Amino acid sequence: MNKKTTLLILFALVATISLNAQRIFATKTGQILFNASGGAEKIAAANNQVDAKFGEATGQIVFAVLIKGFKFENQLMEDHFNENYMESSKLPKADFKGYIKNIKEIDFSKNGKYPANFEGDLTIHGVTNKVSTKGQIEVVQGKPTIVGDFSIKLANYGIKGAYIGDKIAGDVKIKVNCKFQN
Amino acid sequence: MQLKSFIIGLGILFIGKHGNAQNVDLFAEENKIPSTDIVSSTFKSSRIVNGHSIENVGAGVLDFRISHRFGAISSGSYNLFGLDQATMRIGLDYGINNRLMIGAGRSTYEKQYDGFLKFKILQQQNGERNIPIGISYLASAIYKSMKDPSVNYIPYASDRFSYAHQLLFASKINDYFSLQLSPTIVHYNLVDSAKIPNDFKSIGVSSRIRISKRVNITTEYFYRFDKLAGYYNPLSLGFDIETGGHVFQLHVSNSTGMTERTFINETTGSWGKGDLCFGFNITRAFTIRKPKELKAIKW
Repeated sequence: MNKKTTLLILFALVATISLNAQRIFATKTGQILFNASGGAEKIAAANNQVDAKFGEATGQIVFAVLIKGFKFENQLMEDHFNENYMESSKLPKADFKGYIKNIKEIDFSKNGKYPANFEGDLTIHGVTNKVSTKGQIEVVQGKPTIVGDFSIKLANYGIKGAYIGDKIAGDVKIKVNCKFQN
Repeated sequence: MQLKSFIIGLGILFIGKHGNAQNVDLFAEENKIPSTDIVSSTFKSSRIVNGHSIENVGAGVLDFRISHRFGAISSGSYNLFGLDQATMRIGLDYGINNRLMIGAGRSTYEKQYDGFLKFKILQQQNGERNIPIGISYLASAIYKSMKDPSVNYIPYASDRFSYAHQLLFASKINDYFSLQLSPTIVHYNLVDSAKIPNDFKSIGVSSRIRISKRVNITTEYFYRFDKLAGYYNPLSLGFDIETGGHVFQLHVSNSTGMTERTFINETTGSWGKGDLCFGFNITRAFTIRKPKELKAIKW
């Protein structure tokens, strides 16, 4: 082998390594809250076992959550949510698959708060809709935290029930708060 | 460039390309969130009609329960078809955690006090582990505080106690049908004569049929292996109707008792003779302790 070839090999190896270096940020303890209060009664729940991942290079981001993991203050409400509205024994998961559109503008090596735009497919109750929302990524010592909120129309996800639009709001506010590890 | 080095270079570039493919496609990955799905709502309430279901009240929830049993409908218009003769039980149940609940109550019948604990031994679940049934254990103690009319024998306090032990085997077969078997032993500290045993074995068969999102039909029957003379097997047919924070349970039964001892072993009515009694249970749940997920949340 001559010198040229060795250089070529070295160069190619370096290229390989840098291409390999996509970091994946992940968490299994993200939090999603929702508030569906339509009247005086508070209809809200929290799930602290959100599975989320995103890739630094591609900007791909996925969230997945078990419907039964949503905890309500009122046990009966939780039973109704699962059995009558979400049919969680048949449709146990909700997920989001999308992109952080401006991932290139976020410097994960520098502490700070970065505005982030999310866009993708949200699947709830077996029905998929496109959603887009603005949120924020805060980086602290290389660990990003994503916060954001958006609202969805229950009617768009085939969630039906007598109380929707009355005690239960037709538009449900959703808040996401996920702290990622790397 | 030599041909050899050119080939090596190409080969390495190919590896490099391969490396590029390691920009993992997150969309293609299957999400491995723990998928243990503990079956819920096997029954709609912690009681089926008179007897316990496999359901507990949730952790930190206090359930206030009022049960009414009227007299026999066959007693006629003079008693307004039984409505004149109400007996009732008032009780409080509390969920200590997701598996253990306790409760206490007072019935007008024999001025009984009762206390119980119910523990989920096994929970029906799908997913990582498939367990098709749930098993709970119920232990209850019943204290009869009514003064004894007998003057020949003054009972000790312990004579006034009876106990029930039940294993509850339940399966939510699908969203519309659940079945429960409840082998039971009731122990009386004192019985009327030496010929009568102190322990009474029986088995309960109960079901829930969901007919709409908010209405369920329930059935409850106990077959007694050891019988006290003059009493019948209890059979009840009910409706569970859900509203926001309540479950209403309306039923007809040949039994008016609300403690295990009373409704299983001392049912005086007979379906054959038309001794049916109307009754209802109302519950209202209060959250005493919020789930930890909901602490420190600001809306």
